[in-house]
Amino acid sequence: MNIVVRYFASVREKLGERELIDLSAISEPTMPRTVGELHTWLTQRSPEHAAALHEDKGLRTAFNQTLCAADQPLVDGAEVAFFPPVTGG
Amino acid sequence: MHAPELDAALACVRVGPRDFDLSTEVAQLRAGDAGVGAVVSFVGTVREWRDLAQGDQLDATTSAPSVMELEHYPGMTERSIAELIVMARQRFEVRGIRVIHRVGPLAVSDQIVLVAVTSAHRGQAFQCAEFLMDWLKTQAPFWKKESSGGQSRWVDARSVDDEAAARWGGLPARNAGSTPS
Repeated sequence: MNIVVRYFASVREKLGERELIDLSAISEPTMPRTVGELHTWLTQRSPEHAAALHEDKGLRTAFNQTLCAADQPLVDGAEVAFFPPVTGG
Repeated sequence: MHAPELDAALACVRVGPRDFDLSTEVAQLRAGDAGVGAVVSFVGTVREWRDLAQGDQLDATTSAPSVMELEHYPGMTERSIAELIVMARQRFEVRGIRVIHRVGPLAVSDQIVLVAVTSAHRGQAFQCAEFLMDWLKTQAPFWKKESSGGQSRWVDARSVDDEAAARWGGLPARNAGSTPS
């Protein structure tokens, strides 16, 4: 079960544009099943992940290119994005 | 969301580096529609970002010109704006909608965004344009990075933008303060 994780703006500068995560390679007790659990799992990957994905300025998430909440379930082939609050317009 | 509605809305959206001409866009939006009695357009431009209150001078001799880099999430950007257009069409009696948002490097005074709306009477066009801008600012995945005099910074989201969007009701998520958990 593969998930594409994408990062944008300040998060991208710290972690790069994308990561491929094979969820089936993660041991059962820690395997993320939702976007929120994936966020928690990613923050434990490295100090860089923890710093880039902290939430003190708000972090937004998208599932298959639509804004989503933490309880969004993960599915095979999904694209999950993490980015700071948006500032267009 | 109903696919034909979304496809029609996607055709009203352009995201890319290219500049736009307001007169041309408005003329195209009005063309062949005799039911149009009102045209409202909004153009957002790049503002000098140095804080004048802190004593910075807008003096060309002191530093290099400010530049802005606009990043976006290709695919999601167009789709999220199209979804806002579908919602706007459900709320307001409008005839034509055009949204253009630029990305890439921009200089001070460059145009960033165009929202143009036509309707039979002015009230609906004014409201629809404001609704689209308020929601675009909090929902569409764009990020501004400003650079000036060797410094650069990502622009912070503003809670006043959340408040402006929230007054329309039905906002799916806050921007400046939201977290995934």
